[in-house]
Amino acid sequence: MGSHEQSHDHDDHHIIGYGTHLVIYFGLLLLTGLTVAVARVNLGELNLWVAMLVATFKAALVILYFMHMKYEHKLIQFLFVIALLALFLPYGAVFIDYLHR
Amino acid sequence: MSSHAASHPQDAHSNNPHADYIGDKVGFWFFLYTELVLFGGLFLGYFFYHMKYKEAFHEAGSHLNVFMGAGNTVVLLTSSLTMVMSLTALQRKQKGLSLFYLGLTILFALAFMVVKYFEWGAKFSYGLYPGSEILQTQHSDGVVIFYGLYFVMTGTHGLHVVLGLIALSWMFVLVWQDKIHAGDYAYLENVGLYWHLVDLIWIYLFPLLYLVA
Repeated sequence: MGSHEQSHDHDDHHIIGYGTHLVIYFGLLLLTGLTVAVARVNLGELNLWVAMLVATFKAALVILYFMHMKYEHKLIQFLFVIALLALFLPYGAVFIDYLHR
Repeated sequence: MSSHAASHPQDAHSNNPHADYIGDKVGFWFFLYTELVLFGGLFLGYFFYHMKYKEAFHEAGSHLNVFMGAGNTVVLLTSSLTMVMSLTALQRKQKGLSLFYLGLTILFALAFMVVKYFEWGAKFSYGLYPGSEILQTQHSDGVVIFYGLYFVMTGTHGLHVVLGLIALSWMFVLVWQDKIHAGDYAYLENVGLYWHLVDLIWIYLFPLLYLVA
């Protein structure tokens, strides 16, 4: 909420250009191709984790650029991190529980 | 916080003296977090049963059509692109272009549902649907659970696509009538956020369901 951020909000930085959208889009298409290609290689246990890793890269691109999170107000960025923790802490608890059964 | 929101350029142009741009977005993100938990629970169920029935998931996943799944991934990614293009166009006061991209987004959403219709239709014609006799009598528990997850997850996601279609069409009308414009675009931005979330969920669903084999 500082003055630096306000000045950012007020000029054209706020609007992401068509060019950036296209670059992100082609990045997403490339990563989709990569996901399909990697799935054809048998890595055993690792296949699922590699697929999730690539999907998370794609998700990061969508959230940061298409959903504007990279340029977003500090409050919205902070709440986003809290929401991710709220989602993944129970995930961690379930996995730990499963592995120790 | 309120002074910041009040000083946002959007609010200055907005006709509504109570407009709160940041507040609109914070509120909508809260809704998106509830969606995250909804799908998060389904994903957790998937991971849990994947660990338990690895072989069955491989076998059942191989019956899904990777070509259709990948095609639908491209359709949704493209619709996300046209969605942000529409917002940028509106912010730059290019109303016609904004409507054009919004219309394309609606068409891609429809295309996604048409592909889904054929996919589900094919599964049904093989007697594969929740509680079907073939699933109950001829398949192992793991396969039954995989198809249960498949129908619930793609079904919940598909429902979101349909709701997105309605929201997108509503936005099309509002932009058309100049009710949202370069000075007041929070509605379009929030519907865009919802649409990207639908895309995000599919980004994870596609490898989990179609590429698990």
